[in-house]
Amino acid sequence: MDMLGKYKTCVAARSTSSEILKSSQDGGIVTQMFIYALEEGIIDGAIVAGPGDEPWKPKPMVATTPEEILAARGTRYNISPNMAVIKESVRKYGLDKVGIVGTPCQMQALRKAQLYPVGMRYVTDKIALAMGIFCMENFSYQSMKQIVEDHCNVDLHSLKKTDIGKGKYWAYTNRGAVSQIPLKVTHKYEQPGCHVCLDYVANMGDISTGSVGSPDGWSTVFVRSTNGDNIWKKAVEAGVFEVKAIDSVKPGLDLVTKLATEKITKNQKELEHRAKMGVNKGLRNPYI
Amino acid sequence: MSNKITLGHVHMSGCIGCCVSIADTYGGLFTLLDNYADLVYSLTLVDVRHIPKMDVALVEGSVCLQDELSIEEIKETRERATVVVALGGCSAYGNITRFSRGGQFNQPQHESYVPISKLIDVDVYIPGCAPNPEVIRNVAVMAYLLLKGNDAQKKLATAYLAPLMALAKDGSRIESDSEACGCDIMLKVINQGLCMGCGTCAASCPVFAISMEYGKPNIDREMCIKCGACYSSCPRSFFSFDVCGDYENILGAITAAMNPGGN
Repeated sequence: MDMLGKYKTCVAARSTSSEILKSSQDGGIVTQMFIYALEEGIIDGAIVAGPGDEPWKPKPMVATTPEEILAARGTRYNISPNMAVIKESVRKYGLDKVGIVGTPCQMQALRKAQLYPVGMRYVTDKIALAMGIFCMENFSYQSMKQIVEDHCNVDLHSLKKTDIGKGKYWAYTNRGAVSQIPLKVTHKYEQPGCHVCLDYVANMGDISTGSVGSPDGWSTVFVRSTNGDNIWKKAVEAGVFEVKAIDSVKPGLDLVTKLATEKITKNQKELEHRAKMGVNKGLRNPYI
Repeated sequence: MSNKITLGHVHMSGCIGCCVSIADTYGGLFTLLDNYADLVYSLTLVDVRHIPKMDVALVEGSVCLQDELSIEEIKETRERATVVVALGGCSAYGNITRFSRGGQFNQPQHESYVPISKLIDVDVYIPGCAPNPEVIRNVAVMAYLLLKGNDAQKKLATAYLAPLMALAKDGSRIESDSEACGCDIMLKVINQGLCMGCGTCAASCPVFAISMEYGKPNIDREMCIKCGACYSSCPRSFFSFDVCGDYENILGAITAAMNPGGN
């Protein structure tokens, strides 16, 4: 199993726009990339996790303006079924060049849809830019509510940002309070389907990005496909990103590799366990 | 010419929508016919009256058990085709013809319809109602590479077709009813602890029977027409890291094959 997937380059980067960085999760890579691609005509819309109908509940939406893309900043640690609007994006919205951001599993779904399109007519050749985000695991909305409200003692309405890092789950309030709980407490709330996932750094994105490996306020970026490479080079040349060599920053790629290996090894064990879960019976393995 | 594969379109109890999907590859269809395949049988498009020998048969529609000619034709198709492809939801899973129960003029006894795999062994499934032009094109190119390509191309085609062959094998088992339904998402994905809420099933459903509620598919079974799109598009039904991980090269190869002049 390839822990970090195929990639052409890996850097630490952040957006050069202070407005984007003001409330981005890390280096504002996805937001900046989509706004740049929209302005350059590389995409004519992007599927993002926009604001939903409950606090901190994401709603997949087709963003066609920089304002709509900006509204989707920040990580919401619960499920946003971004693939659900992919057909709508080329039908109702009439997009020709679709951008989409998603977790590793959503990038997998996207590539499967491109190779084996079912119920996806005229979608698969319109994917212009797929931004993958690193993902260790996800939570249902109710799980996140439980973690933030019960365990961190923070009302979702006053939550400014959540983060998972350094072995803890962090909740920051609008009025400046910080609360943290050990990640161990959150494990039982994880989405079960995440426990068979064998991809940490979105191996199938054109470009994938996440916080691990780079300092606060920066992101680690893998440039993977030829398409991603072309767009990334253009964007860096246009000056919308500040870039550092990944081996010049702490903690760097070693930590990314370590976490990826941990995730994949643990989940491979889970798949083996599932195969023999019953008495002479087991559960299905999607990978064989 | 001589190096092309022979291709047929066999129309059972279908709506010709699958055939329209073949045509919906637009210029791609001409490329296929110019370079890779001769269309030797298709009642809609070609004036050949009887099922000839062919490398690949794309079979659309299910089989009416009370229509003798239909049963004869599906058996002939199996005898005369090297590769039988169930094209579309009806052929693969019964789809809307699952709901047939006779009682309509002027053949009220025409009541029982089965997917073709209930009567013959099927090699490849292409699910969907309608099936996507892109996947029909992909399968056609891969079938050509499988039958006419070099070793590397044969290997690629085999890897690509494997999941679609696995679906067919599953449907062709005697004890299998080759049934598809929104329930598949419940039974084979959510109930199995495999769903991760990506939303692909909801996008693929042709009748909007699936909505995502708090990140999980909610299946409106009254709306479902039993086409099999949701399960086959779900990345947790079948997923090959070898094939999907190589998406860039494979899509590139298909694009190159469909654009032989390079213009």
